[in-house]
Amino acid sequence: MAAHTSQSVAKAAGDESDVARGRSRRTDGPQRAANRGGLKRAFATHWYAWAMIAPVVLVLGIIIGWPLVRGVYLSLTDANERNVARTIGANHIEATYTFVGLDNYTAVLSDPVFWQRLVWTVVWTVACVTVTFALGLALANMLNRDFKGRAFYRMALILPWAVPGFVSVFAWRFLFNRDNGILNKLLDGGGIAAIPWLDDPTWAKLSVITVNVWLGIPFMMVALLGGLQSIPGELYEAAEMDGATTWQRFRHITLPGLRSVSMTVILLSTIWTFNMFPVIFLLTRGGPGDSTEILVTQAFREAFVSSPRDFAGSATWGVLILALLMIFALVYRRALRKQGEVW
Amino acid sequence: MRRGIAATALVATLALAATACGGDTKDDGGATKAGGELSGTVTWWDTSNDAEKASFQKIAEAFTAKHPKVTVKYVNVPYGDAQNKVKNAFSSGAEAPDVIRADVGWVADFASLGYLDEVPAETAKKIDAEFLPQAAASGKYEGKTYAVPQVIDTLGLFYNKKMLADAGVQPPKTLEELKAASAAIKAKTGKAGLYLRGDDSYWFLPLIYGEGGDLVDAKNKTVTVDNEAGVKAFKTARDLVTSGAAITNATDGWNNMQTAFKSGEAAMMINGPWAVADSYAGEQFKDKSNLGVAAVPAGSVKAGAPQGGHDLAVYAGSKNRAAAHAFVEYMTSQDVQVQSAKELSLLPTRTAAYEQPDVKSSEMVQFFKPAVDKAVERAWIPENGSLFEPLKVEYTKAITGASSPEDAAKAAGAEFRKILKGWK
Repeated sequence: MAAHTSQSVAKAAGDESDVARGRSRRTDGPQRAANRGGLKRAFATHWYAWAMIAPVVLVLGIIIGWPLVRGVYLSLTDANERNVARTIGANHIEATYTFVGLDNYTAVLSDPVFWQRLVWTVVWTVACVTVTFALGLALANMLNRDFKGRAFYRMALILPWAVPGFVSVFAWRFLFNRDNGILNKLLDGGGIAAIPWLDDPTWAKLSVITVNVWLGIPFMMVALLGGLQSIPGELYEAAEMDGATTWQRFRHITLPGLRSVSMTVILLSTIWTFNMFPVIFLLTRGGPGDSTEILVTQAFREAFVSSPRDFAGSATWGVLILALLMIFALVYRRALRKQGEVW
Repeated sequence: MRRGIAATALVATLALAATACGGDTKDDGGATKAGGELSGTVTWWDTSNDAEKASFQKIAEAFTAKHPKVTVKYVNVPYGDAQNKVKNAFSSGAEAPDVIRADVGWVADFASLGYLDEVPAETAKKIDAEFLPQAAASGKYEGKTYAVPQVIDTLGLFYNKKMLADAGVQPPKTLEELKAASAAIKAKTGKAGLYLRGDDSYWFLPLIYGEGGDLVDAKNKTVTVDNEAGVKAFKTARDLVTSGAAITNATDGWNNMQTAFKSGEAAMMINGPWAVADSYAGEQFKDKSNLGVAAVPAGSVKAGAPQGGHDLAVYAGSKNRAAAHAFVEYMTSQDVQVQSAKELSLLPTRTAAYEQPDVKSSEMVQFFKPAVDKAVERAWIPENGSLFEPLKVEYTKAITGASSPEDAAKAAGAEFRKILKGWK
C-alpha cells in the first residue's frame, strides 16, 4: 500500500511541479496566444507521445479518477448500505438514495468530533515528521562517513522498510503489551513500574508516534543519504581551509545542499503520516477509547463499523481529508517558492 | 537450464490442473441436486476461537460422510473481524461463503439488508418445536426465520478454586463480596482478584444489568444506556479498577485475560462457555476440577448476564443453497451439539440434547444451562451489533479514567441515538 501511495503521490507532485514551472515562465501575453495555436501543431508533431501515454491516462482515470468522482458524488447523497443498488444471488435491489446537497458536510463540520480528530491528526503528523526527519538526518550524516562495517549498518537501518508494515506493527503491539510485553518486563527488571503503553491516552499517543517514527526512518535516511552524497566534497574542504567549525559546515553546506531533497521528503512524509491508517488501526484501533483516532481511522469507523454502513458519511470524510491535504500542498509549495525554490 | 524449463512446465501444468479442478467444483456447485443427491461445495466461515476451531473443522468435514458428493470448505475467520468480512463478501458477492456462523446479534442486521436466505419452512417449524425458545428468537427477523441456533451462551464468573480456598473466600455473589474477596486474595497471594475485560463492551453488560438497566428498551424505542442505572454501571466499572478489585487492559483484552487467568495472575474472570476449552489448557487448570463457575456477581439490583450464542445462516446469493441448508441442519443436529458440548463445553440449543448423558455429565453445561435460562435476552434489532462499538469507546474511556462515568454514559447515549434514528 505504501508503495502504491508513494508512487502516485510522487507522480502527482512531479506533475504539479511541471505545471508550476511552465506557468511561472509564461510571462507575456502574445506568447500565450501563440502557445494555444501551437497546441494543434504540437499534437500533430507529438501524436506518438500522446498515444504512448494514453493507456496510462486511461488506467489512472479508471483507478483514481472514477472513484474520486464517485466519492465526491456519494458525499452529496444519503447513500448507505441499505439503499444502494446491490445484487444478492438472483435478486437485484435498485438504488434508492437521494441527493442531499451539502448536508453531510454541514453535519461533519459542525460535529466537535471532526475538530478533535483534526487537532490530534495535526499534532501526530508534525510530531512524526519532525522526529523522523531529525533522526533520519542524524543517521544519514553518521552513515555518510567512512567507517568499518558501514554497509552492515546501512542494511540494518533499512530493515524496518523490508518488513511488511503490519508485521512490524503487530510485533510492536507485543512489545507494548502491559502485562506480558517485553518492554515492561525489561523495565520491571530495572525496578521501574509497568508503563501502560497502550492503555493510557498519553502513553498510547507516544507509542503510536514511536512506531511510526521507527517505520519512517529508513525512507528518510536513504533519501537524505543520497542527498548528502551529491554534495561536492570540495565545499567541505574549502570551508575547512577557511576555518569553519563542524556546526558551521553542517549549517551552511549540508543543510542548504540537502534542501531540495529534504523539502520533497518532508512533503511526502507529511502526506503519508497524515493518512497513516495501518499504524493506528493495528496498534490501538484508535484506542484507548478514541484517543489516538486520526481522521482516516475515524473515516473508516464511520464507514465500516456501524450498520448500515454509511457510505455518504465516509465519502464526506474522505473528500475533506483530500481537501485538507491539497490545501497543505498548495501552501507548502507557495512557501517554498517564496524562498526561491524552483517548484 | 533445461531443468529450469522442465520445472516451469511442471509448475504451469500443475497450475492448469489446479484451476481446472477449481472450475469443475464450481460448476458442480451450480447443479445442487442431481437425482435428489446433494453435490457441490459448501464454504463455511466459522468464527470459533483457536481452542475450538480444530473440533469444528473435524465436525464440518464429516458432513462428507453423509453426502459424499458435497465438499465442505472450512474457513476460520477470527470473530473480531468477521462481521466486516462477512458484509464485504455478501455485498460484493465475490468469494462469499455459503454458510456463516453469525453472532446472535448479527442475524437481524444481515437479514434486514437482504443477505440471508430464509430457512426452509420445515426446518423453521422444527426450530420452534425442538429448540430453546430464547435461542430460536435470535434467528428471527420480522416474523421470518433466517438462522438456526448452533450454540447458546451467557457470561458467568470463572474462578480458580484453589486460589479462592487459599485466600479463604467463597465465590462472591455480589460486587461487594467480590471486592472483599479480591482484597483477601491480594493480601494472601499477591495476585489480582478479578480480570475485567476493558476493551470489549460485551463484558460491560452484566454491570449494567446488575443495576437494573439495559442498553436500549426496544419496545418503547428508547435509549436507556445513559439513564441512572447506566451511569451507575459505568461508575461500578471504574470503581472495580480504581479500588484494585479488578485489573484490566484497554488493548489485547482477550489474550491478557486468558493469560492472567490461566497462569494464576488473576483468580477470577467474567467469561462464557467458549472460554472453557482454552482455560483448561492453562497450567492452573491441568486438574480440570480446579475451574469453578458461578453466576456473575450481582449489582445493587440483581445478577444479570446477557444471552449470547451463535447461529448458522445461509447466504441468499449462495449458488448451492440446498446443500448449504442441509449442512446447517447437520451442524445443528442433536449429535453434533452433543459432541461440541462434550469436547468444548459449549451449550446445545436443542432442548432434548440436555437429556443426553454426555451433556448431563458436563459440569460446565450443568452450570450454564440454568444461567442461560435466566439470561437477559437482548433486543434482536438490526442495530444490535452496531451498538457495541461506540459503547466500547466510552466503556474503555470510563474504565481507564479518560472520562468520567457520567460523561461516558452521556456520550454513549448520544452515539446510540445517532445509530437508532428517531429513538428517544
